[in-house]
Amino acid sequence: MQKNEVKKPNESMVSRMVRHQMFIPVLALVILAVFNLVTDPSFFKITVGQNSSGNMVLQGFLISILNDGSELAILAIGMTLVTAASGGQDISVGAAVAIAGSVLLRILGGGNSRPEELAAPIIVAFLVSCLVAMLFGAFNGVLVAYFKIQPMIATLILYTAGRSIAAWINNNELPVITDPSLGYYGGYIPGVPIPTPFFIAALCVAIIFLVLKFTNLGLYTQSVGINENSAKLNGLNPQVIKVITYVIMGLCVAVVGLIKVSRIQTINYSTIAKDIEMDAILAVALGGNALSGGKFNMAASIFGAYVIQFLTSTLYKFKVSSDALPAYKAVVVIVLVVISAPTVKEWFGKMTKKFKVKEVA
Amino acid sequence: MKDNIVLQMKNIHKSFPGVRALQGVDFTLRKGEVHALMGENGAGKSTLIKVLTGVYSKDEGDIFLDGKEGPVAIHSPQDAQKIGISTVYQEITLCPNLSVAENMFIGRTSGFGQNWRKMNSDTEKILKSLDIPATATQQLETCSLAVQQMIAIARAVDMDCKVLILDEPTSSLDEQEVEKLFKLMRDLRSKGVGIVFVTHFLDQVYEICDRITVMRDGQLVGEFEIEKLPRVQLVSKMLGKELDDMSDIKGEQKAYERKAGSVPVLEAQGRVSDAGIKPFDFHIDKGEVNGFTGLLGSGRSECVRALFAADRVTGGTIKMNGKPVKISKPLDAMKNGIAYLPEDRKGDGIVGDLSVRENIILAQQVLKGFFKPFSKAKQYEIADEYIKLLSIKTASADTPIKSLSGGNQQKVILARWLFTHPEYLILDEPTRGIDVGTKVDIQKLVLKLASEGMSVTFISSELDEMLRTCSRLVVMRDRKVVGELSGDDLNQSKVMSTIAGGDK
Amino acid sequence: MSNNKTKASGGIFEKFNNLTDTNLLLTITVVIFFLMYIGAIIFQGGGFLKPQGFFNLLNANAALIVLACGLSIVMITGGIDISVGGVTALVSMCCAVYLDYKGGNVFVSVLVALAIGLAFGAFQGLLVAYLDIQPFIVTLAGMFFARGMTTIVNTKPFNVANEAFTKLKMTRVIIPGMGSANRKGEYIDAYVEIGVIVAILVVIALFCLLRWTKLGRSLYAVGGNRQSALMLGINVKRTRFLSHVLCGLLAGIGGYVYFLHVGSGSPSHALGAEMDAIASSIIGGTMLTGGVGNIAGTFFGVMSLGTIQNIVSQAGLGEAWWIGITRALMLCLFLVIQSIVMVRKKKS
Repeated sequence: MQKNEVKKPNESMVSRMVRHQMFIPVLALVILAVFNLVTDPSFFKITVGQNSSGNMVLQGFLISILNDGSELAILAIGMTLVTAASGGQDISVGAAVAIAGSVLLRILGGGNSRPEELAAPIIVAFLVSCLVAMLFGAFNGVLVAYFKIQPMIATLILYTAGRSIAAWINNNELPVITDPSLGYYGGYIPGVPIPTPFFIAALCVAIIFLVLKFTNLGLYTQSVGINENSAKLNGLNPQVIKVITYVIMGLCVAVVGLIKVSRIQTINYSTIAKDIEMDAILAVALGGNALSGGKFNMAASIFGAYVIQFLTSTLYKFKVSSDALPAYKAVVVIVLVVISAPTVKEWFGKMTKKFKVKEVA
Repeated sequence: MKDNIVLQMKNIHKSFPGVRALQGVDFTLRKGEVHALMGENGAGKSTLIKVLTGVYSKDEGDIFLDGKEGPVAIHSPQDAQKIGISTVYQEITLCPNLSVAENMFIGRTSGFGQNWRKMNSDTEKILKSLDIPATATQQLETCSLAVQQMIAIARAVDMDCKVLILDEPTSSLDEQEVEKLFKLMRDLRSKGVGIVFVTHFLDQVYEICDRITVMRDGQLVGEFEIEKLPRVQLVSKMLGKELDDMSDIKGEQKAYERKAGSVPVLEAQGRVSDAGIKPFDFHIDKGEVNGFTGLLGSGRSECVRALFAADRVTGGTIKMNGKPVKISKPLDAMKNGIAYLPEDRKGDGIVGDLSVRENIILAQQVLKGFFKPFSKAKQYEIADEYIKLLSIKTASADTPIKSLSGGNQQKVILARWLFTHPEYLILDEPTRGIDVGTKVDIQKLVLKLASEGMSVTFISSELDEMLRTCSRLVVMRDRKVVGELSGDDLNQSKVMSTIAGGDK
Repeated sequence: MSNNKTKASGGIFEKFNNLTDTNLLLTITVVIFFLMYIGAIIFQGGGFLKPQGFFNLLNANAALIVLACGLSIVMITGGIDISVGGVTALVSMCCAVYLDYKGGNVFVSVLVALAIGLAFGAFQGLLVAYLDIQPFIVTLAGMFFARGMTTIVNTKPFNVANEAFTKLKMTRVIIPGMGSANRKGEYIDAYVEIGVIVAILVVIALFCLLRWTKLGRSLYAVGGNRQSALMLGINVKRTRFLSHVLCGLLAGIGGYVYFLHVGSGSPSHALGAEMDAIASSIIGGTMLTGGVGNIAGTFFGVMSLGTIQNIVSQAGLGEAWWIGITRALMLCLFLVIQSIVMVRKKKS
């Protein structure tokens, strides 16, 4: 029994830390924070100020990261599960958010593009949009699980059609809801100084952790993702589990749809949640989870989502236009994946070893 | 003597994180010999071969090849091929989406273009000369596993190699095909090719090999002439201890007697699945150990899979303790107290990236339900209990199962099913590809479980293992049950003749 | 009689089973394309009746054909490249800026396009093949980078006013004997743009590459089973690297063909082109799992996608969303057909 416990002789705290899954995202966060702090000492300042609707709210860079990162964090939850169980990613989430948002507005407006008052309570509209988003999730899931189509390709269908479907739901009109209560979900609840999306994201995160703790969702999805045959022979139904992860993804999409629509009280089919699927996938990857599925670490994914938002916000701060943003993001992504690539790590390890030997000599 | 040497490996070292896989191993291969490389799982055979073929880079040591000055550098399989070292691996390493001819020639023709006509006609010639039932233009995927294996060998043979490495090539071949392969090996031997033969089948070693090199725990035990090393000694060298355990088991076997009026634990009638077997009847009593036997591909695995509903069930009834039950998916079977250890450990058994702990609790957890996970503390308690009970060698309960040796992985899977406390345990080839010591452990365990009242079906491709453990054998031929043997009929010749169908 | 019939169908079935995966999927694609096109001619007539209708389809989709060919190659090796749309936009923008502001010459602009494509292909190939990073992530970053760079080079869309370039853009290659009379009864020659010629040459060249060269077969081998390919003595890393280089190069060529067709630079050029290219490749019978695919199929895949678009807009469903939805339905249909066919085949 002792034999397998042979550890590398020089395994120090540092090398163990470097190999930890959270190392890359934490490192990225630290670098970003230090960079921001050096260039702008007021970076971490949080002030209380009045927002446009006259509420006293917390303001500051960190607050806006927590606020803007909410959508990404929620989607990262679904994306992590989908990745784990099906070994692929759902690239249709942005389009699905458009659908969910469109449904929400259709119900709230009751077919009227400039409704005087809400045609239905927000909760009803939200539940309907949840249902629709979950149905589309199930559609993706069925293609993946029962027709055995690679996830990226199966979801390519909805990716292609999603924004068109969203436009079709509202007959290509852009309903504007003036009722302030819709704005609470993407803005502030009167009297509360912290943005609501943060609470929604925190609630989603809390729910998923409770679910992971008090059910076998984690064990089942990982088993299916690692070895489907084996999972089947242990009494699991891999198809059903895969579909379930896509349905959960749909639920996350509906929540994000609510926040997104609430932020602007209307919708733009071609730009709402644009490219968010890429950010969500990045969050999963940045969290050190294998994009080929299997084992996952939910906390790392969610953390990754906020790190990506941190990066996005930092770039905005430096007056990078939203169109040019991807170029900078790309550089960061490349640097990240290169330093976390096993081959590079190995090479790096060899170099440090050589260096140490030299030092000794 | 020295001139005769075609390959020499000296003082080879290789480490992986946490494991020292090879420690100063020497290996010498002479012209025109078949040289068996023997050792338990984890002894380092595969690593040695992968170092030789350039899949792994060695940490230390030198490789010398006949006709080359000084040590040769092998950094990739291509390098190995170029200097005349060809390999046929245990798993088939051909491309399923290409044609047979392409698989024969890809990666070893020169030039930029691909001459299909020449390649196809050359392939037809080779296939014909080796008597392989395939056509050059056929997509490889459409060939049976055995044929694919033979194509892999044909490819290696066609490369005019000086050294041919066969890494467990016979594990997916039936007897006739093994015979064909041996004929081929003898031909090559007479042409002066040095053949390294890795196998778990002792019979095959003594049938074809000239010399044996034994390894244990990453170290060289020694090199022996075949005549000077009787089987018992070989086994004890591989294990590193004198083996009395084997004889212990003999004699424990009880003659099977059906008690009148007793209700079988499981009784199947006309059970059939979509895996291509004929409907069969089967029953097993409390505390009985029986087995399915037959040649590879006779349908013995498919039968037990049908009982467990591992394949899609298309007909037949099952009674548990006299009560009719519906078993149409594995979960039904599990709920009825059936456990099934699958034949393909890697593909169907282990969940590689999960820990030993999670692998042990998996089946019982699924039975318990989605909303009732075991607490972490309970999981560790269970895992530790079974690790101790089955003496599983693992660094901790949190070690990923894929980093364990084959035998220990098998024990974990066994623990998984024992933990479900089944009434009826199906073990499909639990001893395949694992070391002799664990084999004995598993056989002993089976008998112990049976004596405690569990019913066990035991399948093994090694007949003596089955004769030692089972009190009744269901014999299969061509996907059909052709006979049932028990009592005095349970002997090698009777089983053989029933399998062959010559008993008239 | 009935006996005969079953025999015949058995024969066909056997033949069907002996087809390689690649040829089977290709056959399905070609058959469906022709059925669709003939159906369009019968039921909608109009533009579909004239040969020029077909040539316009080619003119509009030449760039996509080149891009999809590149993707097919990467997908055959089991990889993916989602940067091609971004590279197309970047190529258009760089060439436009070079030709317009700098008054540069056309030949150099072609070199610029090729260089950009090659640079992307080589860098991405390096990361994917030699550092073993997931192609999806690498090319996702590539896409981000190309899109971002496009706006950094120039934020606003603009048309190129370069004489030599405009001349090249307007060059029409007349197809003899395919012309037709217009409403006034004048005979109008059928034509294709330069880009189509380039696209056809690319298709032919790649078809030959995949079928008759060692590199081509290695691409299939690597896609079929990477580990096996390595054991068979194929340089897997180099093969994967080259697949990305080829795809990058084709993105450069495709980018220039696109540029030639639109004659302008814009950050919003070729938005979603990578997804169109992937979809075309799949409709053409390439499987994302690797090892299965055919350039001829990819060609028909692009044409099928273009045809369905024309059918929809001719049917009077002018709203933009109908095109999106029908294309998605088509992709869905093909994926399901592929999946069912492959499952059936495995079983039998």
